[in-house]
Amino acid sequence: MPAIFNKIKLYIPLIKSLQTGLLLATGVAGYLSAHIPFDIPELVGMSVSLFLAISGSTIMNMWYDHDIDAKMKRTHKRPAASGELSRNEVLGVGVTVSMIGIGWAMMIAPLFGIVVFAGWFFDVVVYTLWLKRITCWSIVWGGISGAMPILSGRVLAVGHLDLVGILLALAILFWIPTHTLTFSIKFREDYANAGVPTFPSTYGDAFTRATITISSILAAVAIGWASILIGLSAGYLRLMAVLTAGLLLLAFATFRVQSERANFGLFRYASFYMLSAMIILAMRAF
Amino acid sequence: MKMSALDRALILVTCLLAAYQIVVGIDQMDSLPIIAYTIAFGVLLVAGLLFIILGFDVLDSPVVVIVSTIIPLALAMGLVHQHIASLRTPYLLFAMIGFLTVTLTRSTPMQNKLPVITIAIVHGIAGMTIFLLPIVTSIQGETHPLFSLVGVGGALIGIGGLLLSFLKTGKPILSRENILRIFPIILLLMTACFVTGFKYG
Repeated sequence: MPAIFNKIKLYIPLIKSLQTGLLLATGVAGYLSAHIPFDIPELVGMSVSLFLAISGSTIMNMWYDHDIDAKMKRTHKRPAASGELSRNEVLGVGVTVSMIGIGWAMMIAPLFGIVVFAGWFFDVVVYTLWLKRITCWSIVWGGISGAMPILSGRVLAVGHLDLVGILLALAILFWIPTHTLTFSIKFREDYANAGVPTFPSTYGDAFTRATITISSILAAVAIGWASILIGLSAGYLRLMAVLTAGLLLLAFATFRVQSERANFGLFRYASFYMLSAMIILAMRAF
Repeated sequence: MKMSALDRALILVTCLLAAYQIVVGIDQMDSLPIIAYTIAFGVLLVAGLLFIILGFDVLDSPVVVIVSTIIPLALAMGLVHQHIASLRTPYLLFAMIGFLTVTLTRSTPMQNKLPVITIAIVHGIAGMTIFLLPIVTSIQGETHPLFSLVGVGGALIGIGGLLLSFLKTGKPILSRENILRIFPIILLLMTACFVTGFKYG
């Protein structure tokens, strides 16, 4: 028994629990935003299959990027990078978890399964295996992949692809640069050591900060538009507007002040903003 | 001074109260009070989140003086609109001119005392409005007695503002550590008074 617990202890860091949790929250929010009669088994099935698919893709990232992770201070202790788990073992776990997650999603509803698979494919194949080491624009594909969980939740609830689903996906797609680019400014040395091209190393800080500001504005427009179409009450729309105003002000401040502190503030606020936005969208169901 | 976990918890509760007020606390009002209170509680909410994320160092930013003017001005404007119909337009003009003057005097380098005088006048009028108006209307029986809690909140925001202003001018009434120690408590009590008071207003 202790051996199993030790294994589980090593497997847990493979799934980047915070990131996976946030993406899962977007999927649940996408589902609840449809305001359909509550179907607990479907919601649970969606959550578990989505969790497994996202976790699977994250484990595959860790398997492929073990050499990059080993060169970065922030990530060198990850089990695959540190050698605590063998590459083959990580690959085996990643493939198994991915197959269960995507297979389960396909069984729940084919369209839901296709969107979940698309998220996995864009993340593992296009972003990680193909583009991450070649171009800093890989984050666009990482963003598209990150937008799939909320779209999958929405299509499962409404049964088809609709404008709200696309807007919610766009909101996540445009939010992700706010998150990842502030991250790449903060950990620029790490990325440089690992030889991973980033916006700051390719285009400089000013361009990166301008991109963060523009993507924040686009994310705000998309989520605001989606919130109106979803039919949020005036009170929740006001709250969304206030939180969005905070995000935009911080994005402008990061662009103008260009300090690490403003950058860090935006990074943390952006995560909080997205989680809050998901909770507000989910409140539509109650 | 580092922010403790308790400070963060108190500020988080403050943020939740402000969010509650924005979502449900002002639903039945006219458009202008809704906008004014959304701005006031919105600034409080976002500022609280920035405290949690960045700590008390946020207070050292020069923008704080300008941003902290928004809360009392917006609250006072909403109160006047709701309870003194004859002063709606003049007070709206005062709030707009007051905010613009504070912004201008704080963003252009000045050697004289104009920035301090401007702050004192704008904060003074707005603070007295928030403090007195709910208490007077409660005493006169025009509003529920518990609406006077908004006035108590006004007094607390005034105390907090004074402590911070004197600290910023280099003549602190209390040490920086003591001010920051009680700051989250004042913030929470003030917001709780506003939320409870407005429920009966």
